[in-house]
Amino acid sequence: MYVKLTASALAIAAVSTTAFARDQVQIAGSSTVLPYASIVAEAFGENFDFPTPVVESGGSSAGLKRFCDGVGENTIDVANASRKVKEKEIKKCAENGVTDIIEVKIGYDGIVFANDINGNGFSYTPTDWFLALSDKVMVDGELVANPNKTWADVNVNFPAQDIQAFVPGTKHGTREVFEDKVILEGCEATGAFEHILASAEGDTAKARKKAAEKACIALRTDGRSVDIDGDYTETLARIDSNKDGIGVFGLAFYENNTDKLQVATMSGIVPSTESIASGEYPVSRPLFFYVKKAHIGVIPGLKEYAEFFVAEEIAGPDGPLAEYGLVADPELENTQSSVADEAILGSNM
Amino acid sequence: MSDAKLLTPKTSIHTQSPRTKRRNAAETRFKVFGMIAISIGLLMLVALMGTILSKGIGAFQQSFITMEVELLEAKLDKKGNRNLSDIKKVTTFGYTPLIKNAFAKAVKDQGIETDLKTKDMAKMLSKSAAAQLRNVVIDNPQKIGQTIKFRFLANSRIDGYLKGRVSRESIANDKNVSVAQLDFADQLLKAGVLKKTFNIDFIIGADASDQRPEAAGIGVAMMGSLFMMLVVLGLSLPIGVAASIYLEEFAPKNWITDVIEVNISNLAAVPSIVFGILGLAVFINYMHLPQSAPLVGGLVLTLMTLPTIIISTRASLKSVPPSIRDAALGVGASKMQSVFHHVLPLAAPGILTGTIIGLGQALGETAPLLLIGMIGFIASNMPTTIGEGLLSPNSAMPAQIYEWAKRADPAFYERAWGGIIILLVFLVSMNTLAVILRRRFERRW
Repeated sequence: MYVKLTASALAIAAVSTTAFARDQVQIAGSSTVLPYASIVAEAFGENFDFPTPVVESGGSSAGLKRFCDGVGENTIDVANASRKVKEKEIKKCAENGVTDIIEVKIGYDGIVFANDINGNGFSYTPTDWFLALSDKVMVDGELVANPNKTWADVNVNFPAQDIQAFVPGTKHGTREVFEDKVILEGCEATGAFEHILASAEGDTAKARKKAAEKACIALRTDGRSVDIDGDYTETLARIDSNKDGIGVFGLAFYENNTDKLQVATMSGIVPSTESIASGEYPVSRPLFFYVKKAHIGVIPGLKEYAEFFVAEEIAGPDGPLAEYGLVADPELENTQSSVADEAILGSNM
Repeated sequence: MSDAKLLTPKTSIHTQSPRTKRRNAAETRFKVFGMIAISIGLLMLVALMGTILSKGIGAFQQSFITMEVELLEAKLDKKGNRNLSDIKKVTTFGYTPLIKNAFAKAVKDQGIETDLKTKDMAKMLSKSAAAQLRNVVIDNPQKIGQTIKFRFLANSRIDGYLKGRVSRESIANDKNVSVAQLDFADQLLKAGVLKKTFNIDFIIGADASDQRPEAAGIGVAMMGSLFMMLVVLGLSLPIGVAASIYLEEFAPKNWITDVIEVNISNLAAVPSIVFGILGLAVFINYMHLPQSAPLVGGLVLTLMTLPTIIISTRASLKSVPPSIRDAALGVGASKMQSVFHHVLPLAAPGILTGTIIGLGQALGETAPLLLIGMIGFIASNMPTTIGEGLLSPNSAMPAQIYEWAKRADPAFYERAWGGIIILLVFLVSMNTLAVILRRRFERRW
């Protein structure tokens, strides 16, 4: 019996090695895009004769890395990303033979700051966050290690609550938006940026600016800012156990947990799909997915999936994605036609 | 007389000397400590089980809304020729208005008065309703034109309201549900349209997306686990037993076998994620086996389980006394006959126990599955053949629980606990089986 079992198992292994054709779309990447992608994948499986695509998470960078591993059935077809693909990543892709990439923008997502429902209410500006979390801040014209301990130190209007922030880890695309649109803004507003720029090293003005930006977004490492590498549920659990904690969430996650979280305003604007769509709420970013053109026609249903994703009835303002928290892209039609034409990245730039 | 004086005890044996008292006190203290340790352990176990049961039991029940839906020919089959490919062109979006109207009609027929708009009523239903309706129509095109009774899932907020998770206070800022809808749910409940009943789909169904936690089930992931365990059993038991018989009974004792032995023990201590990385590199990238397939998961878990099985098999082979072997050899059996006719049957209960415990470990393993693509949104259909079960993408029970636990909607959290209950049932029954086998068949010398 043992022999038979082994033999059959080995036979199956052998058969699948030689001739296995994958018939479902394989997707990985941003955990922010994951809910949207799974909603689309589910509806795709229901309405088409193709099998339901498999959607994995892991973060934008991890997804793009797997995407750039090469062309072939053992690599993923679609990478979800909560940020634009970087030049560096495109180069890496090209080295591995992934040259034709279709970029698809699905809409916008807001990043919100929220704390425990029974805690103090906050209305932040980017400056507050910079002063609270930056590694170095300006004090009397000098750049010193961040001395602020409570929110009252940051802004006299705030309560004397200990600074304890849970921010997404560096493998998340959300982190980059947080750095660019909040910390860097605050850095420039407080004048720390110019101070750093003046002493920044670099051969060109551009290099110096880059170095200064990098120094600006360095967060303090004394435990008041905690990187969360997992998902928003982990951030929520941290806030649950530490009532002083303030977390960075996606808008959709907050809207599903309004009984536990209260959201803070940013520069006086309450985050909502409307205020993000109008551009009033400052901390938002576009969401993307990237399709390997070489896989279209090889993996059944890949193009149909991409087209279905950006169809008006899915990603439009009345579709299920908008209902879940995605801010529909007003230029969705352009995206639809570029997907239909399989316009590759770089061709239209 | 000085000798006799020495022999007489200074004190009576009925009174304890201080030294004896100290010794007895130390023993009593030790017993108390032991009992405290055991009670802490038991208390923890009770607390754990209590939490799991109280949080997860809700997942086995679900709220349903019953209504009669008229399958309008004008909407579902415009050409009226019952051509399946034409019917399939109507997407789930085409089915939504039918359900909306049917709901409004059902409310009217029941004589329920409400100010709620039809649109808001329809939002109380699960998003899976349209798909459920469409599947029925595609499977039975002849039913178009008829009016059929359907039982749709209520959406997770309404379901949470019936289960006490959602209250009028907790939804103050919630955009997905309103107090008016909860009031309406009370009316439906009274009229018997809305009912909370046992939900078999949680046990046999597939995963569902973030928008419809009420429709998610663990059944398909269970099949994924089953197929992985088949691979693990089919590979690790014969390989493990053969390796240990050779090492224990036939191999010469020299430095090579010593090195092998040490390394097997080392392998047993390797963190499971390492096997996942190995699986990704060898099975997927080199051998081009499919991603997310239970076959690959099974192969990876086989690597992880092998050392456990080899170690337990060798231990049970060792425990068979040498006299058995000597007697067999003495009456003229060959070495192989002595092993297969006498030693192996006597060692079998121990081997099986070790195997079951190894399988139990593999069943609860999540980390290596992360790297081979078995964790994520994987909503496959129930596999129909063995080949499909092994090769088509699937998840596993612990992976499914992990996936649910990190989703935004709190309704998934309840399902994660429900999944834990099912997983625990499997683990406990496997361990019980191991204990029974050992008790019944094990022989001691």
